[in-house]
Amino acid sequence: MGPLLTIDRLCMDFGGLRALDHLNLSVAAGEIVALIGPNGAGKTTFFNCLTGLCAPTAGEIHLVVPGRGQRLRLNGLPPNRVTEKGLARTFQNIRLFADMTVLENVMIGRHCRTKAGVFGAVFRSAAARIEEQQIVTASAAILERLGLGSYFNDLARNLPYGAQRRLEIARALATEPVLLLLDEPAAGMNPQETAELDELILKIRSELGIAILLIEHDMRLVMSLSDRIVVMDHGEKIAEGTPAEIRSNPLVITAYLGEDLAQTA
Amino acid sequence: MTDAGKESGGMTTARAVRRSLLVSLWFMFLTLPILVIRVNPVAQEIVWRWRNLFLIGVGSFVLSLVGQFLTHRQTRRTPSLTPGRLAIFRQRCMREPQIYVPFLLCAVLTTLLFPWFFSTYQTNIMTTALMYVVLGLGLNIVVGLAGLLDLGYVAFYAVGAYSYALLNHHFGLGFWAALPIGAGLAALFGILLGFPVLRLRGDYLAIVTLGFGEIIRLILENWNEFSFGPSGIANIPRPGFFGLDLSLAGATVYLYYLMIGLVLFTIFVVNRLQNSRIGRAWIALREDELACQAMGIDKTRTKLTAFALGATWAGMVGVIFAAKTTFINPPSFTFLESAMILAIVVLGGMGSIAGVVIAALVLILLPEYLRAFAEYRMLLFGAVLVIMMIFRPQGLISSARRAYKFMPVPVAAGRNKRHGTAADH
Repeated sequence: MGPLLTIDRLCMDFGGLRALDHLNLSVAAGEIVALIGPNGAGKTTFFNCLTGLCAPTAGEIHLVVPGRGQRLRLNGLPPNRVTEKGLARTFQNIRLFADMTVLENVMIGRHCRTKAGVFGAVFRSAAARIEEQQIVTASAAILERLGLGSYFNDLARNLPYGAQRRLEIARALATEPVLLLLDEPAAGMNPQETAELDELILKIRSELGIAILLIEHDMRLVMSLSDRIVVMDHGEKIAEGTPAEIRSNPLVITAYLGEDLAQTA
Repeated sequence: MTDAGKESGGMTTARAVRRSLLVSLWFMFLTLPILVIRVNPVAQEIVWRWRNLFLIGVGSFVLSLVGQFLTHRQTRRTPSLTPGRLAIFRQRCMREPQIYVPFLLCAVLTTLLFPWFFSTYQTNIMTTALMYVVLGLGLNIVVGLAGLLDLGYVAFYAVGAYSYALLNHHFGLGFWAALPIGAGLAALFGILLGFPVLRLRGDYLAIVTLGFGEIIRLILENWNEFSFGPSGIANIPRPGFFGLDLSLAGATVYLYYLMIGLVLFTIFVVNRLQNSRIGRAWIALREDELACQAMGIDKTRTKLTAFALGATWAGMVGVIFAAKTTFINPPSFTFLESAMILAIVVLGGMGSIAGVVIAALVLILLPEYLRAFAEYRMLLFGAVLVIMMIFRPQGLISSARRAYKFMPVPVAAGRNKRHGTAADH
């Protein structure tokens, strides 16, 4: 199977700072790829470039959706169009719609797959009513699948931390992505919650066939989950390989521990 | 301060008294030149009105104590998950028919029979208040739902009023023809304003919209050939009633019912909008613009629909305003009007229809009925606003999100399940 997402020599400059430096990466359909690297390596910037929140300075991003076949160019598209094409993301610092209910948060994810307009809303045409019902049913089903079934009508702000993280994933899944981008999904979780997250991510891959690209600092999670790991430092890719290969790569150890420590270690 | 005093000893009470003493001393000092010393230039003497000083001292001392007590009670009250007594009472009122049906009937009868029991003057004031209800609900779409702080809302009101006045003056267009045109033109101006401010948020957006409102007013004031400048446009016909010529009193009553109809229509539309796909997109935009875009919502389109739909109501009310007063000129559309409508939305509770309706009625009717207090009227009005914002910053009625019911998961099962997952963690 050919790659789902291909990134070719992606560069991102902020003024004089090069946050991403000729980054190449590809993700195959159904693959779980982890992106690791020290703080400030450019991982979140990379996600922002992929999802259209930042416009990359140079380079190409292409997506090939299996069923549809064509090669879609993603760079230069606004974020909502990227989501429409099939990339969905979560955020490092949780960004839920705090004053909306849990269900409504997921219903927002259905927005780009539905089309009722102002007139449909005011006159409640048959089409609009059916569509609205479908949005509710589909969103409820996603919440059930992610074990958030008991929170439907609670405000998102009142959810426990772990559930908020899962709700972010639920909301992203509602957009029907082919590739899910998770930005530090296990941040701030206890070992029990992390184990549940591990299970959940594998379930998303196996049951929905969605490929996953994740940024994560929890090495145990990264090692157990990923098919492939990409290591970044100073905006560059310094290593790529299976978990076993990465574990023994001296470059990676240097990047994480610093040169002096790595030599003594 | 009974139970509060018991809990933390006499310390808080002593401190409160000391603070109030300072406050009263400060007030006595501040008001000394104005309220105590009076120079009589004729007799060339200074009159010391010590009685005033005493009253101010005692008054500010008591007010400060009461204020401290209330804020203390408010901060001490921890937000609990169980609803308060008031909330339970409100829920009961909403649920039990024997409570809300008579109340509703009363309200409907009062609104319907109002013009027959009160003078033309009272009906006129009520019509004005209803106009502000619609304006408030319109701005509520932009500010309350979509979270776009618009300080130039009055511009769309002016667009509606002037479109009727000018179309009538030049082409002899009637009220009913001008109503949709005025609404449409206002919506168009809403989109025109929307485009340049798409990238702006918060304070910056507020300043640009403020400028936009002033631009419209200044154009109307200075472009004499177009808008007849400061002298305004007179002799605008009142709305026709199937070709009948109504007396002044008749026209007032007619306009009153027209506004009742428009208010009901507005509530109907806004309620449907806010629980729709579009309404959810607006609220998501208000909550987190970045996440909203990342979830696939077209920010441009969502913002523009909010501006356009908000402006539509202002345009409609503008047409009615022109028909009601039969004369319009630029001073009717100053920033003060925008501020008033914004106050209605904030005071009522952002995004809450019932809150905005009540706030509009209170804010417009209060100054009218406070006329008994003559020159203290606006002072009292201001005090009410300040006190409201201190003790209920979320507005009179804060908006509640809609709860959905499901066929596959009954509420009871859902609740049991929550206990299950809680035990799992």
